[in-house]
Amino acid sequence: MAQIVVEDLRKRFVVAERRAGMLGALAGVVRRRHRVVEALAGVGFRVDEGELVGYIGPNGAGKSTTVKVLAGILVPDGGRCEVQGRVPWLERVEHVARIGVVFGQRTQLWWDLPVVESFELLREIYRVDRQQYRVRLDALVNALDVGAVLDVPVRQLSLGQRMRCDVVAALLHAPQLLFLDEPTIGLDAPAKLAVREFVRRLNRERGTTVILTTHDMDDIEALCSRVVVIDHGRISCDGSLDHLRERAGVGRRIIVDLERDEPLAPTDARVVSREGTRVVLAFDPVRTPAAALVARITREHAVRDLFVENPPIEEIVARLYGEADARGEAEPRPEPREDPS
Amino acid sequence: MLESLRVYGCYVAVALRGQLQYRGSVVMGALGNLMVTGVELFGLWALFDRFGQIQGWTLAEVALLYGMANVSLALAEIVGRGFRVFDQLVKSGDFDRLLLRPRGTAFQVAAQHFELARVGRLIQGLAVLVYALVAQGLLRPGAELVLVVGSIVGGACTFMGVFVLQATVAFFTIESLELFAIITYGGVETAQYPLSIYGDGLRRFFTWVVPLAFANFVPGVVVLGRPERFGPEWLAWASPLVGVGFFWVCLRVWRVGERYYRSTGS
Ligand SMILES: Nc1ncnc2c1ncn2[C@@H]1O[C@H](COP(=O)(O)OP(=O)(O)OP(=O)(O)O)[C@@H](O)[C@H]1O
Ligand SMILES: [Mg+2]
Repeated sequence: MAQIVVEDLRKRFVVAERRAGMLGALAGVVRRRHRVVEALAGVGFRVDEGELVGYIGPNGAGKSTTVKVLAGILVPDGGRCEVQGRVPWLERVEHVARIGVVFGQRTQLWWDLPVVESFELLREIYRVDRQQYRVRLDALVNALDVGAVLDVPVRQLSLGQRMRCDVVAALLHAPQLLFLDEPTIGLDAPAKLAVREFVRRLNRERGTTVILTTHDMDDIEALCSRVVVIDHGRISCDGSLDHLRERAGVGRRIIVDLERDEPLAPTDARVVSREGTRVVLAFDPVRTPAAALVARITREHAVRDLFVENPPIEEIVARLYGEADARGEAEPRPEPREDPS
Repeated sequence: MLESLRVYGCYVAVALRGQLQYRGSVVMGALGNLMVTGVELFGLWALFDRFGQIQGWTLAEVALLYGMANVSLALAEIVGRGFRVFDQLVKSGDFDRLLLRPRGTAFQVAAQHFELARVGRLIQGLAVLVYALVAQGLLRPGAELVLVVGSIVGGACTFMGVFVLQATVAFFTIESLELFAIITYGGVETAQYPLSIYGDGLRRFFTWVVPLAFANFVPGVVVLGRPERFGPEWLAWASPLVGVGFFWVCLRVWRVGERYYRSTGS
């Protein structure tokens, strides 16, 4: 069942433009110039129960704006948006009682309070039964390993500790839907791994639907079976990671270590680079099955070592973002694909 | 309702604990507040000492109006502090957080701030009120006392309503409007004296636009048995409801404004 239905969602911001300098400031008093930022220019997608969707795009693409609309913070200018059968901004209170939201950039906790007291207050606010609260808190504190900082005021926490506490806070009322907007921003490697592992288990074991916004492609690779790419307020790509690869047209790679320094240029693969006896080839796995290509290469050449890999996702994303930029803002975009294959 | 009160209590406990960390500043704030209202009160006393009466009102009678108006405002200031600093919450985008919680936003704004420093005005107002009630022989169980207390609560609601409107402006513009501060403090200054001594414009404004008249003057003349009646007698007895109604309307306006909230870019 679709948990999130978004169609043709639009949101624009009118920003007052300051003119530079003293005279500019004076002119601003008389007549303000306005600039319209089209943050969402017709976004559409659906998310089913239990999905873990990566929502990516370059800076300013409209990711956070989408999350804010879905979370009931912003009222869009147009389009349709239903989350768990509710229109977020029309039934805000009922809606937010059933979702969890973490904004990596901004804590939801009380700055001056010890962590555990923030949790207690949230228990009251969300009307969580005391017994249930205790069980959930124990489990969350264990899973995210924040037991040691429960009595520390939030303002004294390190970024990684704070982020994990924020995740706990977002889940105390056991929502079936979780929005994570850059939950790994600024975290060190172990902290990232901890958050990632936790999100994976939450999704696998509890079936919680997760929408994850991030600039860290390792997050995406490790967690998301489906990726939605937004750019300039429009969905430019929606599908599995493989689908994304196909769209970016970077193909798969085969890396060959030859015994001798000899030419290697199969007709159905492209040479990406060559360093001594190491050759990197790119090929399209749909047209050329990897097995056939490997068989042919090993038959015709003396090969010491050989492996097939997917290109790093950074490269794919850079290609996709770049492609979108090259197309320019004014040009119409291809229809967003909606099949999460 | 009861449950909301409990949650409000939890918030207040948190806010108080925060404020009591800076005990000195609370005490200083309360003292400063007491001084300001003290000067006002002294002016009032000096006036009566000189003239004896104002348009037939004695000091004890005006003291009732003064006490009611000031206790109303003090209560509103203590409970409604959050609305007066609300533009900060909008500018910083921290209002996001309130929208993410399954409680009314106005409720959360009110609950987040609980201004202890304003107890100065409260103490002062209560002292004057008790003096007035004793002097009028009204400090005994009875319908009059109920009306006085009810009207004070209604008056607090009216002031709260003004605060809410002031805060609502922040959803639309980052300019702060002094207009509302003028209404609030102009209002309490005005209401400290019998409304009948003012010109029509001011009187109408504080009756029909911002109904502060119902916080003290309208019920006051009935309780004091004075001739300056306003409308039918039952209306005076319904005074508390007027303030509550005004507050309700202001909250509806707030709900509309809330939909224009635009958060911040990062
Ligand atoms: N409250 C706001 N007022 C004005 N402009 C805004 C506001 N919020 C977002 N914008 C603009 O809308 C566009 C989309 O912003 P958004 O925050 O959704 O981007 P994002 O995809 O989350 O980017 P990032 O990766 O940098 O977080 C940007 O151009 C931004 O400047
Ligand atoms: Mg963002």
